[in-house]
Amino acid sequence: MLVLSRKKDESIMIGDQIEIKILAVEGDQIKLGIVAPKTVKVHRSEVFEAIQAQNKEALASSSSFLEHLKKK
Amino acid sequence: MKIATKFLGEVEIGEQDILTFEHGLLGLEDEREFVLLPIDADLPLALLQSVQHVEIGFVVAYPFAFKQDYSFDISEEDREHLQIVKEENVLTYAIVTMKETFQDSTINLLAPVILNIEKKRGKQIVLQDNKAFPLRYPMQPLEGSAK
Repeated sequence: MLVLSRKKDESIMIGDQIEIKILAVEGDQIKLGIVAPKTVKVHRSEVFEAIQAQNKEALASSSSFLEHLKKK
Repeated sequence: MKIATKFLGEVEIGEQDILTFEHGLLGLEDEREFVLLPIDADLPLALLQSVQHVEIGFVVAYPFAFKQDYSFDISEEDREHLQIVKEENVLTYAIVTMKETFQDSTINLLAPVILNIEKKRGKQIVLQDNKAFPLRYPMQPLEGSAK
């Protein structure tokens, strides 16, 4: 992993189209500003982790599912 | 060829039925080949079954049956990935998390499964985190269904 130190209002470039700027540092919270083309999707990592966990939970559906459904 | 399925026993499928998920599903990145099988003609549900692994089978729901105003844009990147040319070849499904009762079950509107039925390609896309796209949307009983 590349590690860089930045101060408030400094930024880094990823490629020539994505800029990540440090907007504010408040205690253990860091506010980032992200400038990226529309085609680049930006998500909090937790979102991906939550979806992965949900997929696993969905797979745990029991095989009685269908009988269950037909009773409804 | 015959494949074993999670809920529907052995099912005969053809090569042309196989949908390729180049990126797998989230958390199942190596699972690349699925088929979409009908469960019951009366229900807006289907089984998204892995061709290789019997235990990898997702019940998926036609989301618009459960949330009529569900709508989103597919990003340019995902359109290219899925080789989408005509809108009418695109199908959207939401993965169901089945609980003890139908009422406690939820569908995932945050990360729908998009299928291009013409090109036989699929992808689980992630929508921009938003209250309109819950990860666990309650699966209310269908209108007109017997109690």
